[in-house]
Amino acid sequence: MSRKTQLETIIEPERCELAAAPLYHFDLDRREFFKFLGAGLLVVSVLKSGALTQESGGRHQWQGDALPQAIDAWLHLGENGKITVYTGKVEVGQNIRTSLSQAVAEELRVVIGNIELVMGDTQLTPFDMGTFGSRTTPTMNLQLRRVAAAARDVLVGLAAEQWKADRRRLLVSDGKVTDPQTQRSVEYAALVKGRQLTERVPAEDPLTPATKWTVAGQSVPKLNGQDFVTGKHRYPADQTLPGMWHGKILRPPSLGATLVSLDSQKAEAIGVAVVHDGNFVGVAAPSVRQAEAALAALHAEWKSEPQPSSKDLFDYLRQNTVEGRDPAGDGDRIDAGNVDQALASAEHRLKQTYTVSYIAHVPLEPRAALAKWEGDNLTVWTGTQRPFGVRGELAEAFRMPEDHVRVLMPDTGSGYGGKHTGETAIEAARLARAAKRAVKVVWTREEEFTWAYFRPAGVIDVASGARSDGTLTAWEFQNYNSGSAGIRTYYEVPNQRIVFHAARSPLRQGSYRALAATANHFARESHMDELAHALNLDPLAFRLKNLKNERLRAVFLAAADKFAWGKQKATPGQGFGMGGGYEKLGNVATCAEVRVDSQSGDVKVVRVVSAFECGAIVNPENLHNQIEGAIVQGLGGALFEAVEFDNGKILNARLSAYRLPRFSDVPQLETVLLDRKDLPSAGAGECPLVGLAPAIASAIFQATGIRIRSLPLIPHGLKIS
Amino acid sequence: MAVIHLAINGQAYTVDADPRTSLLAVLRDHLDLTGSKYGCGEGQCGACTVLIDGNARRSCITSVETVAQKQITTIEGLARGDELHPVQEAFLAEGAMQCAYCTSGMIMSAVALLNRNPHPGDGQIIDFMEGNICRCGTYPRIVRAIQRASKTLAGAGKGGTR
Repeated sequence: MSRKTQLETIIEPERCELAAAPLYHFDLDRREFFKFLGAGLLVVSVLKSGALTQESGGRHQWQGDALPQAIDAWLHLGENGKITVYTGKVEVGQNIRTSLSQAVAEELRVVIGNIELVMGDTQLTPFDMGTFGSRTTPTMNLQLRRVAAAARDVLVGLAAEQWKADRRRLLVSDGKVTDPQTQRSVEYAALVKGRQLTERVPAEDPLTPATKWTVAGQSVPKLNGQDFVTGKHRYPADQTLPGMWHGKILRPPSLGATLVSLDSQKAEAIGVAVVHDGNFVGVAAPSVRQAEAALAALHAEWKSEPQPSSKDLFDYLRQNTVEGRDPAGDGDRIDAGNVDQALASAEHRLKQTYTVSYIAHVPLEPRAALAKWEGDNLTVWTGTQRPFGVRGELAEAFRMPEDHVRVLMPDTGSGYGGKHTGETAIEAARLARAAKRAVKVVWTREEEFTWAYFRPAGVIDVASGARSDGTLTAWEFQNYNSGSAGIRTYYEVPNQRIVFHAARSPLRQGSYRALAATANHFARESHMDELAHALNLDPLAFRLKNLKNERLRAVFLAAADKFAWGKQKATPGQGFGMGGGYEKLGNVATCAEVRVDSQSGDVKVVRVVSAFECGAIVNPENLHNQIEGAIVQGLGGALFEAVEFDNGKILNARLSAYRLPRFSDVPQLETVLLDRKDLPSAGAGECPLVGLAPAIASAIFQATGIRIRSLPLIPHGLKIS
Repeated sequence: MAVIHLAINGQAYTVDADPRTSLLAVLRDHLDLTGSKYGCGEGQCGACTVLIDGNARRSCITSVETVAQKQITTIEGLARGDELHPVQEAFLAEGAMQCAYCTSGMIMSAVALLNRNPHPGDGQIIDFMEGNICRCGTYPRIVRAIQRASKTLAGAGKGGTR
């Protein structure tokens, strides 16, 4: 397949770094396609540039003129009736392999088992920026439905032509076109036999409305589930090649340290490959143990620079603001009315500061990559949410054209925004080149905790003004470093100043599931609770008084109803709290109940009710699963997860030192799904997280009178004085 | 290095390895049985859980020399041909996974629990499974899956088929 790529610098959502990604001017060579795919029908999805800008929130223009075309998926229907769909999206546990297959099955009217999805293979699938920002459902799901609908349309046309029948009366179901008048029917496979048909999808093909879905909208179980319960599925860390060696990297003793000298004689004497290239030192050996032994035999001297520590973190962030903006969020500065005057004249004023710590993604499968060179061509299997981004990193690292690099992404042991980068791929490739054979690198948990990147820490100052009747009049919100996604307030306030300040981060930071929205909602919703208490108003009534957004009102009311908000009086040690908001096109409200042991200070979140609305629901069971997962994962960041560091060393880089939510932490979880079949489907990976932390913090306040304004709330239990 | 004889999933294996090598490394790197996963290397996450004589063990902190005379069962040895173990079936039925990287260890721990206690209450399940981490947060579904498997196994026991 011939490709001409053009590199453009674009901005990646939810990430505080820039990413270079190629935009495609795609020369579609039919013959090449069919040589590879076999005869049949090929449908290509051509994205208009307008659709692309929508993907990143509608604000970010692609640089340069609008593309003549960009391809984001294709579908092949073979002579054997098998349907293969190619997408650059990847599966990290969010179950899109299943939900995307549902979309195709729905529109093409075929059984889901006939569909194979090829995902995240840079040689076979069209370019994709990456799987993040809860964008798969609102974008790729729609594109694949369009592709499948177009394929169906072609097939109906073929049957009509063959039968000389009016296509309008033909019906499609179960992989066949049928003429009800003549009772004739023909299978798709027969229609495309021996042919090489292509179709480009116009962006506005009619789609089946959600009210008429039969496969989409259903709780289809994980398609290849059996491979996972039998251990058969090969994750990136499970990949092997004959004669493969194992690689290990020599890590600096502290972050930011530089290599002064290296004595590798002893290691080389073991008969392994040793690479010393700039600051990179690594070894490859026939077994992991030998590689570890060789690593231990290296003698290196490093020069360390003094580094900030977690105890000084929040002052450091305030003092180290930098010019720059958050490329991904909801705006770096919003001004409305006159906030200073409104604050000065407010009947009630409140000013508080909220903080969030760095936390780690801790994907249970650490980063892993297997790399193989064949001449000048490099192939890497790795776990990443951005296979095309990693291809770019490899091309840059080895100064080679991108079309000499192939990155494959086997369904991976989770990411949560933590696997956007290609460090492990580069390490494995560098060692493979030196060892002259395939090399696999699997990071240890400690490496994953230390050399990956973290969810940004941040400080948020909030000042507000309100009338005694609960009407908000002023809102000032200054966020240092935790990102600007979700920074805007959905409460109606005439006078606003909202500012995001980029800061020099002491630790490497990047994407994380709902990263900035979690911080901004924690500050905003906690502050709303504080204001409600100060004004002696019910927190729900206070919110509703200042909230016009109907979708958001609906989730708050649904959660409150299910929770029986306001209908029970808290007993001593018991507390109720709520939080909510919108993020990534979804709307959520969360109510939490906590119980606090007044002697020990133990806090137990006993019940969490979530109401969630993300448009038309594609797979209700999987949506429940995603929301429950978001709440359970969110408990960690809300209650006890924090990366502790001192002068360039991560102090808790092990699972025995970094506490994650476990079975006993899980509260009673109840979820209310609001299915809005009249609205486009949105993703659900991130939004359900954002209301949890403020709901718990408010519940702890009600239970104890102690207001905690930092995440995690109780890293060492609650100190009751 | 030493020659070590292992009985895994009813089959005899011989490996040439340093006796202190972890069982997990031997399974994965020597025998290409990659269903058991590395998650932490310190017995904290349970992704590497296997059965040793029917009991759950963290293979990442179990040296291979200590299990030479024992019956080792890994996730690959749980199904009988195409027939899944009831715990495997139950995990599928309850959708008790997302990325599923923890699933092998969860299933092996659950099998060990049900071997020991065929009718655990939710509290007993939570206590027993506390050493297994699911970062995706599917814990409630895993508890339901174990309850479901417990019922299936009880039914099968009455019928005498399993």
